[in-house]
Amino acid sequence: MAITRDEVAHLARLSRMSLSDDELDALAPQLEAILSHVARVAEVAAADIPPTSHAVPLTNVFRTDAVQPSLPVDEVLAGAPAAEDGRFRVPRILDPQE
Amino acid sequence: MSTSTPSAPSVVAPASYEDAIARYEPVIGLETHVELGTASKMFCGCATTFGAPPNTQVCPTCLGLPGSLPVINEAAVRFTVMIGLALNCEIASWCRFARKNYFYPDMPKNFQISQYDEPLCTNGWLAVEVDGEVHRVGITRVHLEEDTGKSLHVGGTGRIHGATHSLVDYNRAGIPLVEIVTEPDIRSPELARAYVDELRALCRALAVSDVRMEQGSLRCDANVSLRPRTAPGEPPAPFGTRTETKNLNSLRSVERAIRYEITRQAALLDAGERITQETRHFDENTGRTASGRSKEEATDYRYFPEPDLAPLALSREYVEAVRASLPELPSQRRARLIAEHGFSSKDLADMNNAGVLDLVEQTIAAGAPAAAARKWWLNELARRAADATVTPAELPIQPVQVARIVELVAEGTLTDALARKVIDGVLAGEGGPDEVVAARNLAVVTDDSALSAAVDAAIAAAPDIADKVRGGKINAVGPLVGAVMKAMKGQADAAAVRALLLERLGAG
Repeated sequence: MAITRDEVAHLARLSRMSLSDDELDALAPQLEAILSHVARVAEVAAADIPPTSHAVPLTNVFRTDAVQPSLPVDEVLAGAPAAEDGRFRVPRILDPQE
Repeated sequence: MSTSTPSAPSVVAPASYEDAIARYEPVIGLETHVELGTASKMFCGCATTFGAPPNTQVCPTCLGLPGSLPVINEAAVRFTVMIGLALNCEIASWCRFARKNYFYPDMPKNFQISQYDEPLCTNGWLAVEVDGEVHRVGITRVHLEEDTGKSLHVGGTGRIHGATHSLVDYNRAGIPLVEIVTEPDIRSPELARAYVDELRALCRALAVSDVRMEQGSLRCDANVSLRPRTAPGEPPAPFGTRTETKNLNSLRSVERAIRYEITRQAALLDAGERITQETRHFDENTGRTASGRSKEEATDYRYFPEPDLAPLALSREYVEAVRASLPELPSQRRARLIAEHGFSSKDLADMNNAGVLDLVEQTIAAGAPAAAARKWWLNELARRAADATVTPAELPIQPVQVARIVELVAEGTLTDALARKVIDGVLAGEGGPDEVVAARNLAVVTDDSALSAAVDAAIAAAPDIADKVRGGKINAVGPLVGAVMKAMKGQADAAAVRALLLERLGAG
């Protein structure tokens, strides 16, 4: 499965990451190595092994609808790069030309 | 990031809505989001109270901090199954949540836990009535997800466009949200509005949400396209290109935005232009839709099964227990009210719109005949409520008191005019109907001597009129009736007074 440089650039854009040309060139073969490594699982999986999305064979793991204490606001905002009026302050969402 | 370029507004004749629908058939599908009324969030125990100070209802789980794990709120699943069953859906015996990956500040985790190819409920329908005609709107799917945070845009005009930065409150992030998607079955803005109205009534009856559109606990996106109408017998034209107008937050906006979109698209098609598939926003002030920010293509959400949650595998027993717990649904209730009380569909719609249906039903339960209960609530009390800018249910009068007033009128103790005075007294906090009648001395005077004296006095005071009536002009008696009623301070039955006057004048 070949990962192209364009695909890495596309993923970087979706992830809001700015990557240089050198980084794109370096990452493409690395991602490809990871994918081909994981793809080996498919070689082992036979038709009698059902696909799974979870490590433990459980279903219906529920909690009851009960309110638990939330965090104090100062702790909530402690990890925020910027805060204002009790809210997370984030950079402009749309580019000015949009 | 790709941006949409709305087609340049070349000269397009402004089509009227009527002209547009005469030639084009609108094809409408709705996606409705309903915030569930659980006490705690979808995957953590944070409270869901509306209007709490910013970021006071958040925790490591709904902030997506490292090491936190979501756990499914059983009540949210149950509420979703209730909605699915009420919409005649099939309930999946096995399904999973999925991660919808996107980077946007309204989700602190950089993904939203949603459902993708395995929704909890599928393939249902909702019967919706418009002008006495019942339409069955197909329901494609009902799935469960989590709501996002709320952004406050700072700078510029306060909208996202032109803002210098934004402030985010995550209290809403993680509140259970149900998305209900219809088939493209809807063919008019009126039906779209009626569908949302019926869905709202359904959720209210199920008590799964407070469905307050103005607070955003029910919001609607409308997919609209046009196709040329074809002659009867000809196959319908294929669907046209659709637009999606987002976040319509009132019934009126649903209807207006769709009407605008139909008119706008018809003008473009008439001018030989193409419709751009895009997201649009409705401006309530101008009544127009405008091109929105183009979305990343669906495939870019890179959905995958949520690895932090075990699958749902609801047993038949669970689903049947939920089914058995369903309350009476609005459609069932309407059928029962029509059958039991002889109301028409229009009566029900009128009472529903006036917010008096529950009150009328309670008044009937307290012993009043259906027609009288309807009359007093729909005419007199709904008007009183409007005057006081409260809902009828907020008026300080109980259905059982209205039933008593109806009874007093029926037995002849009160006339309608006197009953209104009794209502004045009850609303003014003077006590129940019987207390107000006694305290204000409002009962119809049945003392014949007092009435007889007033009749004689009225005839004596207006001999000309009395002569006309004696001469056969029975309708001339009106002023005499008025004089007697005045003398009796309204506490007599006008019809009885009239009969008595005519008898006395030998014209009965």
